[in-house]
Amino acid sequence: MDHYRYPRGRKKLDGPDIINEGKNPVCGDEIELSLKISDDRVEDIAVECAGCAISVASGSLLADAVKGKSLQEVKNIASAVKAIIKGELIPANAGIGELEALAGVKNFPVRIKCALLSWTTLIDGIEAHEVGKTIKITTTE
Amino acid sequence: MEIRIKSGQVASRLNIEAFRPFDPEVIKSDFPILARKVHGHPLVYLDNAATTQKPESVIKAMDDYYRNHNSNVHRGIHTLAEEATSALEASRQKIADFIGGVKSSEIIFTRNCTESINLVAYSWGRKNLKPGDRIVLTEMEHHANLVPWIALARATGAELKYIPITDDGYLVQDDLRNIISPGTKLVAVTQMSNVLGTINPLDEIIERAHRQGALVLIDAAQSIPHMPVNVLELNADFAAFSAHKMLGPTGIGVLYGRESILEDMEPFIYGGNMINEVRLDSATWNELPWKFEGGTPNIAGAIAFSPALDYLSALSMSAVRNHEAELSAYAIDRLSALGSIKIFGPTRVEDRGGAVSFIDDLVHPHDLATLLDSRGVAIRAGHHCAQPLMRRLGVGATARASFYIYNTKNDIDQLCEAILAARRYFGGV
Repeated sequence: MDHYRYPRGRKKLDGPDIINEGKNPVCGDEIELSLKISDDRVEDIAVECAGCAISVASGSLLADAVKGKSLQEVKNIASAVKAIIKGELIPANAGIGELEALAGVKNFPVRIKCALLSWTTLIDGIEAHEVGKTIKITTTE
Repeated sequence: MEIRIKSGQVASRLNIEAFRPFDPEVIKSDFPILARKVHGHPLVYLDNAATTQKPESVIKAMDDYYRNHNSNVHRGIHTLAEEATSALEASRQKIADFIGGVKSSEIIFTRNCTESINLVAYSWGRKNLKPGDRIVLTEMEHHANLVPWIALARATGAELKYIPITDDGYLVQDDLRNIISPGTKLVAVTQMSNVLGTINPLDEIIERAHRQGALVLIDAAQSIPHMPVNVLELNADFAAFSAHKMLGPTGIGVLYGRESILEDMEPFIYGGNMINEVRLDSATWNELPWKFEGGTPNIAGAIAFSPALDYLSALSMSAVRNHEAELSAYAIDRLSALGSIKIFGPTRVEDRGGAVSFIDDLVHPHDLATLLDSRGVAIRAGHHCAQPLMRRLGVGATARASFYIYNTKNDIDQLCEAILAARRYFGGV
């Protein structure tokens, strides 16, 4: 709830290396992730999210979780989080700390997409970055 | 509150010997599902614009058909086939009577309102439209009455033009002369908005369209279930609606079309039932309405639609309309009294039906729907298959409560209680 009311990472970055926009056309949620990368590490991240409490809180937790991590670590975390949101992985086994809170979403099947959006957008953004694309791709959850 | 409505109902073949007073509590007891609990709370079902619940009589008719009469229609010689065919055709006749006494040959069974509109877009549209012709829609259409025309415009080179809406959800009819211009071939318009609840006065639009030689299709998915509608008085060329939004089964829809226009149209679905004579290299089409009903239809659905129409007729559609107007007025009052709520669409209940869309400043519509559900209150949240309208209103999603014959003021009280509980959960007031 705190992450919904006071979302982390709500700012603008100067000259981001990755910008990825995520949309959930079914419910209208929109998120924009901007990342600054140096030495394959996430130096800073900005998250702009317009949507329901679950999507906003999920994006805020994401901002807290990935700062300072290497791109490979970030991808591992994102995959683990997606798996626990979908109920495919037991949170205790994922080693992701505070992010375990997102496990509760699996009890609301129609809302799973809301929680997944920011993480899918993050993975797509990093993968695009890895093949040399930088600015603005669009992900649909 | 009394609202006077012109009623053009033909009662001749409708089963109204059971005419009864309108008591929503008694009505409620005819709907088995309304006795169930959701998350430990009695179900408060307020998603009727999406689909309505089914009375015992409709459920029994489905059951009875499969237990006692199941057979394919129109081809069999045996007793079951004869029974199934006459029940299906009797239902068709009842629908024809219900919407104003049209010919039963003008009633085509489809899967749903969407398919009915697609039928017109393909069978009439592709034959009759050429580049530069105009199709007129409104800014408040459901995707069902939007996307088929976008596809048709793309396929034929016809252009789309939209009648705009005001901020409070009325059609702007000042500029009809320019919008329904010479060259307009079709006007497709909703009679009642599924988001705003607006009941559109269609007389002027239809008159203007006909003066230009254009046809008019009415999306009646939200109107025919909720108010008296007479397509002959309206002078509509096509009207489309779904059984499941008016107590009937899912998977059965209706297209009304004027006979002379239907005669001139090509079939939509080709195959069995819709043919007259087939040779290896040619075929001739069956007569109306079967020309448009290729393949085995939803027989159980069509037959079980009949007791749904009986149920509504026994209450009378004027009484249905009055009840929903009263509930809408009550809901608008109660929701407004909560504060921090924006309600979309007309506030005058004379101009609107029982679909009330709103936004709570304190809780996002999706969160609201989830939290209301946890207290057994079922509402809709989202874009309601009307994305262009959402853009026009400047919102991504709304919450929507929509009413029907079994809803009570107490249901609306439960809705408001649940909204307050949701706000408490989010740490608001």
